[in-house]
Amino acid sequence: MRWIDNRALVVLTALLAAATQAWAQKTIHTERSLYRNIFVTEDDGLRCMKFLRVENAGRQSCQSLQEPEHLVFNYTRMMMGALYLNPSPRRILIVGLGGGTLPSALNGVLPGADIDIVEVDAAVTRVAERFFGFRKGPKLRVHEEDGRVFVKRALKKGERYDLVMLDAFDHEYIPEHLLTREFLQEVKGLLGDGGVVAANTFSGSRLYHHESVTYEAVFGTFFNLESNNRVILTRLGGLPSPADLGRNADLLDARLKRLGVEKTWLLPLFSTERTWQANARILTDQYSPSNLLNAK
Amino acid sequence: MQRALVFAIAAWSGFFVMAIELLSGRILAPNFGNSIYVWGGIITVFMLALSLGYLLGGRFSIHNPTLLRLATLLVASAAATIPVILIGDAALDRIFDLVRDPRYGSLLSVTILFFAPVVLCGMVSPYAVRLLVDEYRLSGHYAGLLYFVSTFGSAAGTLATSFYLVLIFEIQQILVGLSAISVVLGLFAMTVGRKADALDR
Repeated sequence: MRWIDNRALVVLTALLAAATQAWAQKTIHTERSLYRNIFVTEDDGLRCMKFLRVENAGRQSCQSLQEPEHLVFNYTRMMMGALYLNPSPRRILIVGLGGGTLPSALNGVLPGADIDIVEVDAAVTRVAERFFGFRKGPKLRVHEEDGRVFVKRALKKGERYDLVMLDAFDHEYIPEHLLTREFLQEVKGLLGDGGVVAANTFSGSRLYHHESVTYEAVFGTFFNLESNNRVILTRLGGLPSPADLGRNADLLDARLKRLGVEKTWLLPLFSTERTWQANARILTDQYSPSNLLNAK
Repeated sequence: MQRALVFAIAAWSGFFVMAIELLSGRILAPNFGNSIYVWGGIITVFMLALSLGYLLGGRFSIHNPTLLRLATLLVASAAATIPVILIGDAALDRIFDLVRDPRYGSLLSVTILFFAPVVLCGMVSPYAVRLLVDEYRLSGHYAGLLYFVSTFGSAAGTLATSFYLVLIFEIQQILVGLSAISVVLGLFAMTVGRKADALDR
């Protein structure tokens, strides 16, 4: 019987540890949605939207209470690097709202740009508005729809975007139909001349190789930015030269600094080195086990 | 041998239904997304088709039930899946153009592509019960055994498809493979059934 006692003790300790962690940060709001529970927590001056209760796990979006404009996560700063490829996009599409960090930041930097946001979960939009200062408006339109469906309809209507940001993934669940060659081809079809794609993707599993070859198959060479997360940046009609990148970075520097994005940090991250296995299988609508590939 | 084949057909039919139900979600996602109502539509149509299949299978079993006819149901369900393989994508693109609301678009698509094969699969279970029961007293026992076998098959089909098959094969390849197994099992059962019928006469 002794092993049963030991096991019970281990379970109990783990439960206690989890409970203490949950108490250390204050959950100020819980929102139920069709898809998941959304938690809003506050800890150490940081307000976060989370899909899991565990501390620091499943953080979708965080905002500093003192400096709400500051981008907290490296990945959002890297996503803003898309502007180094095209400093003045007029029409922007963002797939996945989260706390509204990216649209709010883009709206701040480019107040004249028309931004369409596609978010499938209405509860996420409610939480972004109530707790993260996100404001819908004529320049920031939210479409409550599946990203793939929106893109397909936009394509049929002949819409064009100068910048498309793909941010519909969290670290544990990927909508698999948003990570296939066919979807990226549809996104590519939405791009106007010199249109830019920025994608927040994965780096910690063998999915890395598969998503790399899939993006490469559709867009050719791309900038690969890595720092905890991974961001892919690419442009229709070829990537800009380092000199062009530097010029755009200078142009935007004052505006991006306000968001906490330093060009001295961001520019060195731009890499075109192929750090993946080129023989990995391309993800398609026929073959898209992204979540299984990400789990291993 | 005949009984073993009745159980095998019921188990495989259960496997087949759940495998194509999971795949239908993937087949629909490029056009209608995979939000909760797409899955709601899929499950609704599969349940409706199964319920109708149970009803028809029971009626069909009244007159002259044979293993040959049971096997025919299995082969027919595989045949009814062929349109999904051949014209599935074209049909979905057409429906995407016609129906703006992805809820009704997905509902209509699942109905058109999957209703017929699933009705035929649903017919298998009650028909199989009829072939097994030879004594009034044991009817519940056989019905229970059959539910066990076919639902166990469904569980296996769900796990195999979502954990392993999609990691190795393309959706089309899985559909072709599943249908091929149905045809092979069905044809084998037909030959055995025909021999048995000949012996009876």
